[in-house]
Amino acid sequence: MTSRFNMRSLILSTGATLLLPLLILFSLFLLLRGHNEPGGGFIGGLVAAAAISLKLFAEDYRAARTMLRVHPLQLVGVGLVLAAGASLPALFVGESFFTAQWWTLNLPILGSLKLSTPLIFDIGVYLGVVGSVLTVVFTLAEAEHS
Amino acid sequence: MDMTLLVALPIILPLLFGAVSLTLLKNHKAQRWLAVIGTFSILLAACALMWHCQQHGIIVLEVGSWPAPFGIVLVADLLSAIMVLLAAITGVATALYSLKTVLTRFERFGYYPLLHLLLAGVNGAFLTGDIFNLYVWFEVLLVASFALLIQGGERAQMEGAIKYVTLNLLSSALFLTAIGLLYGLVGSLNMADIAQRLTQVEDQRMVTVVAMLFLIAFSIKAAAFPLFFWLPASYHTPQVAVSAIFAGLLTKVGVYALYRVFTLIFNSEVEFTHNILLWMAVLTMLTGVLGAAAQFEVRRILSFHIISQIGYMMLGLALYTPLALIGGVFYIMHHIIVKANLFLVAGLIYRLRGSFELKRLGGLYKDHPGLAVLFLIPALSLAGVPPLSGFFAKFILIKAGVEAHAWWAVGIALLVGLLTLYSMMKIWNEVFWKAVPSPAPAIPAPGGNGLLYCITGSLAAMTIAIGLFAEPIYQLAQQAATQLLNPQLYINAVLGAD
Repeated sequence: MTSRFNMRSLILSTGATLLLPLLILFSLFLLLRGHNEPGGGFIGGLVAAAAISLKLFAEDYRAARTMLRVHPLQLVGVGLVLAAGASLPALFVGESFFTAQWWTLNLPILGSLKLSTPLIFDIGVYLGVVGSVLTVVFTLAEAEHS
Repeated sequence: MDMTLLVALPIILPLLFGAVSLTLLKNHKAQRWLAVIGTFSILLAACALMWHCQQHGIIVLEVGSWPAPFGIVLVADLLSAIMVLLAAITGVATALYSLKTVLTRFERFGYYPLLHLLLAGVNGAFLTGDIFNLYVWFEVLLVASFALLIQGGERAQMEGAIKYVTLNLLSSALFLTAIGLLYGLVGSLNMADIAQRLTQVEDQRMVTVVAMLFLIAFSIKAAAFPLFFWLPASYHTPQVAVSAIFAGLLTKVGVYALYRVFTLIFNSEVEFTHNILLWMAVLTMLTGVLGAAAQFEVRRILSFHIISQIGYMMLGLALYTPLALIGGVFYIMHHIIVKANLFLVAGLIYRLRGSFELKRLGGLYKDHPGLAVLFLIPALSLAGVPPLSGFFAKFILIKAGVEAHAWWAVGIALLVGLLTLYSMMKIWNEVFWKAVPSPAPAIPAPGGNGLLYCITGSLAAMTIAIGLFAEPIYQLAQQAATQLLNPQLYINAVLGAD
């Protein structure tokens, strides 16, 4: 019974190989788009977590873990450091805690690029969501694996 | 540097330390160091906040420069500063105690990051000036506490955790409903703004209904009568360090929320709302202490005593006179230190004898007289024996009760004090005095008890100090109570004087 579910599907694994980079790109797109339009760190993180879960279904638990390289909880940690750290730059310019800071980068060809603490915060959320969703998924997969 | 930052530090420090600790998940040594440095830095920040609050009055921080009442504000009045300081002391004690007692397999499951997260949640709840933000911080601390509670995954832990989670989620749902209704009434979430606008609401009956919803929600979280049974079902199950920080802090967040909401926001129908509070306070005291009398496991006895002590704190709020509020604040200060300490001592007993059951313990006075003294100080303080901290706390409250002519409440408070003494003497007799029951239980002899003795000793010294230097502590409580009784001070600090 169990072997039927564990059987690899050629269609799924080929599809996953093609889809995986697209999904990761899409998640980054959502993350950056979120600043002025629908999207953002949370939804982007969910898409990235879905992409890695797809890897898990198409291949196996080990492959997905290897692809991530670090423990998903560590991703949550890095995300939280970024999100909490985004509150601090305001202090150095003498503004109230957590006030958004904006910097404009002038790139030669591409024009000007706006960077800000909300972006850092959003990247923190992104990593936090990827990490926490994958912690859940991996824990369940691990239970089945062993 | 801008002094308002002090209000944010007790929240942002544990969050940052917790996050860094999480990235170093596999490095247990670094995690332990981070726990110690983190909690000590919170303690420093809390001391600075306390000092600043006393010198300059209420400090308000408009997070992200969004002006009140539109953005979220963090507000530190004296009550908040006192609570943050006590939380920091408990945090340091717990972190140090954990170094020697927490098993490696729990460290692997993120014990220290959770501890930091718990402290962030507790401090956030104490410092926020926004009612919805208060809800969020409650959830943060609950999430962390759920995870800490079930580490180990034993049957009793799961059973306790289910009651804990269910009742606390029910309370959160009620809390959220109440916030929704309140927002519908006044269109604001800023507590100072709500307080100001509520006076203009025509239908005051609706206001009372919302007040009752808040009362139920917070009293569940404070483990007050009648919905307290999640506490004795769960607090004796986790590791000792965890139950100590839970016992010291978590229910007091509920008490703090009651104090905040029923002095700042719902203060117009005092005869009705605070009369209900009085009934709840008395019944909470009584059920807690009677429950304790029926228990024969150290941590369960202590858990039931948390409930009865919550009753005293609610009594201070319910009487709602200046002296009663001073008594209430004094009681909270005394209680957090004493209660956390008693659980830590219980942990030492377990370490030396391998049991929490009274009938399997005995003879500890002969072998470890130092521990016996360390138990006796907080135990007698809890019962209200002079000159320890508990005596002054109870004395002020009872004097306030007499002045308010709440005779039966005074009578029950005195009776509960006596029964508390009985309960503490029961533990004393069974654990320390009586002969070792035969067959003698196997004694594991883990080392490193010196640090643990130091921690409980320092907390016991604080208990004595609060008793000996009751006058300055009384004055501090008086300043805090004055602020609570003049909500206009808080409102002006947040919204600016008109």
